Amino acid sequence: MKIETNYPNTWCPGCGNFAILEAMKKAIQEIGQEKVVLVADIGCNSKIVDYLNVSSLGSLHGRPIPSASGIKIANPELKVVVFTGDGGSLNEGISHLIHAAKKNTDITVIMHNNRLFALTTGQYTASSPKGFKGKSTPDGSIEEPLNTLELMMAAKASFIGRTYSSKIDYTKKMIIEAINHKGFSFIEVLQPCPSFFNTFQFYNEKVYEADANEKLIKEWNYDEKGRIPLGVFHKEERPTYEDEI
Amino acid sequence: MKKDYSILIGGEAGQGSRKAGLIIAKIFNRMGYNVFIHDDYQSLIKGGHSFSQIRASDEECLTHRKKVDFILALDKKTIEKHKAILNKGGIIISGERPYEIVKELNGGRIMGNIAMIAIFSKHIGIDWKILSSILKKEISRDIEKNLEIAKKAYNETKELFKIEKIKNKVSPLVTGNEAIALGAIDAGLDIYSAYPMTPATSILHYLAEKRKTITTQVENEIAVINSIIGSAYAGKRSMTGTSGGGFALMTEAISFASIAEIPILVVNSQRAGPASGVPTYSAQGDLLFSLNSGHGDIVRFVASPGDANEAYYLSGTLLNLAWKYQTPTILLTDKELSESTYKFYPKKIKKEKELLWDNKGEYERYAQTENGISPMAYPGKTIVKATSYEHDRKGYTTEDAETIIAMQDKRLRKFKEMEKALDELETVKVYGNKKSKKAVICWGSTKGAVKEASLKLGLKVIQILFLQPFPIKELKKALKGVDKLVSVECNSTGQLSVLLSQNGIKVDKQILKYDARPLNPEDLELKLKKI
Repeated sequence: MKIETNYPNTWCPGCGNFAILEAMKKAIQEIGQEKVVLVADIGCNSKIVDYLNVSSLGSLHGRPIPSASGIKIANPELKVVVFTGDGGSLNEGISHLIHAAKKNTDITVIMHNNRLFALTTGQYTASSPKGFKGKSTPDGSIEEPLNTLELMMAAKASFIGRTYSSKIDYTKKMIIEAINHKGFSFIEVLQPCPSFFNTFQFYNEKVYEADANEKLIKEWNYDEKGRIPLGVFHKEERPTYEDEI
Repeated sequence: MKKDYSILIGGEAGQGSRKAGLIIAKIFNRMGYNVFIHDDYQSLIKGGHSFSQIRASDEECLTHRKKVDFILALDKKTIEKHKAILNKGGIIISGERPYEIVKELNGGRIMGNIAMIAIFSKHIGIDWKILSSILKKEISRDIEKNLEIAKKAYNETKELFKIEKIKNKVSPLVTGNEAIALGAIDAGLDIYSAYPMTPATSILHYLAEKRKTITTQVENEIAVINSIIGSAYAGKRSMTGTSGGGFALMTEAISFASIAEIPILVVNSQRAGPASGVPTYSAQGDLLFSLNSGHGDIVRFVASPGDANEAYYLSGTLLNLAWKYQTPTILLTDKELSESTYKFYPKKIKKEKELLWDNKGEYERYAQTENGISPMAYPGKTIVKATSYEHDRKGYTTEDAETIIAMQDKRLRKFKEMEKALDELETVKVYGNKKSKKAVICWGSTKGAVKEASLKLGLKVIQILFLQPFPIKELKKALKGVDKLVSVECNSTGQLSVLLSQNGIKVDKQILKYDARPLNPEDLELKLKKI
């Protein structure tokens, strides 16, 4: 069965999402097309489900995580993967992200972090750097960004990883590892938005594949300073929510 | 001689008046009576004032009476607050002696309610054998001590009269919420998920205790409904329950379930007032809200039961309808029905199978069909694409004008089928004098009081069970020969009248009650007489 669909792709030329799609295609081929269910948020990231010939549920903005939890409870055999963005999971639906991590719901959340609302043409999110100039903040955002990985650590996510969209094979490997992880897995994919927040050069200079551990989470605080470590920062085995129900 | 007794038992929260009320109702049930319990409690854990009104009758009883024959006062406040509603010749049993007996026998203070039940039982001539066997069934802790206390209280009390046994079937007693849970279980419920909110919470408690379904409590109402949508997409019958505020949070996802054609059952058990309102009291203020819940052009099934048997029937029926028509369904009820106790003898509900895909060719989740209903399949077996976006037949997002029209038309055909489904269902009930030119119309938990008051006055009663799609054909039949229509509702704006007028039916007079307390037949009778 073909992994691609004939659906016309509407991402902007040069969008980081193309690379994530490539990584995901490869990951699904290794995992098995029929076992996987994708659950999408709303936003550029979520268009990915139209491009993949895999079962999918397009949820509401901010709500793919509860929808995914419901699928996993109903059929624990399925490998349930959520596609969401920083807008969906750090703004609209942050409570669900925290609770799913705390419960160790056996799903994988892939958060495309382009650090702004892109599909609504550029407003700041909880991940945007302070001073971010968007259409709603012409003088710059006055809020400090959230350190997402630190939040996931506090919420007891049992798998926490970060990758960069341009590193396709690296991302593919991390996605497979996350899907195979028994428990809640969270991957942040740093992703440039060529139309509203082009961070290609910034990330190309800053990211490095680290021998990651929990302490490295603090190395980068979503600002201009220092290097940006990639890798799996935390991984632990503990009973999943579905095991305990 | 009349065989219709009303008993009020009251005390502070934590004194066990509710449990005592249930035991008294079970005694009458064992004696063959029809019983009903109305519970009144405040939004607090200890202290305050709670009471139960138990009614036992040889005739159908689906409501409490305003006046009572007995007041069982576990504290002084109960006498002060309720002595005005004691019938002439009525009896007050004060809490002093029950608590003395408990003290004499070194029992825990909570056992005062058992001493009270024993004194009351002896007064009305209940055999010790019946009383003790019910106590043994109902008390889970310290049964020996409780029986010792009950025996002493029973033996030292005088029998005032002997209530007659009635040759009636003894049926189980259930609350409205328990009936809702049981109906859904019989229609194949797999998963119940909820966030606690009075007065729907006891559905969650009951199902969790029963262990026949997967029961989860999740972070908020938005998570709840999106989670059951996920479960239903994966093929499991799923349901939730909440009250107005929680229901408001769920409405975006009701719209999601409608466009994605995912079957869910949502119970909205109304409390009084907008916003947080009056959490432990009742009203019917969410009718129009429920009918219009969810944005966009959508139709959902909305039905409202008038007693526990109907609650069972409608809950199961709505779950079956949800799966037959792949749509959200709403069971609209209120605190009065959810938490009151009724005698339970329902028509049995069975799980009805959904339309499944025949495994031929390539699966299209939203395949175009004549009646708008597309066969279902579940992920894991084949590729199933569902979405909250407008979509094409396979479930891919679309912005194409023709596809948008085609999909909306498909859903409109399905909505028409949902209307047709009403022909096979009991949607409107008529009671009383069918020749009466004056009719009283109602919906939901007010049925008991409306029926009782209207029948006494020789009037016709029309009860609407299905509120969306609107059963206009059945209602017109019921209205034949009626030249004066009186509506009775527990809200302040007459929402049923609005719904009726949208359907071309004029209400001549409204009786509206919005003090958050349920109707009683005596007051309603007086009001109806004046019209």
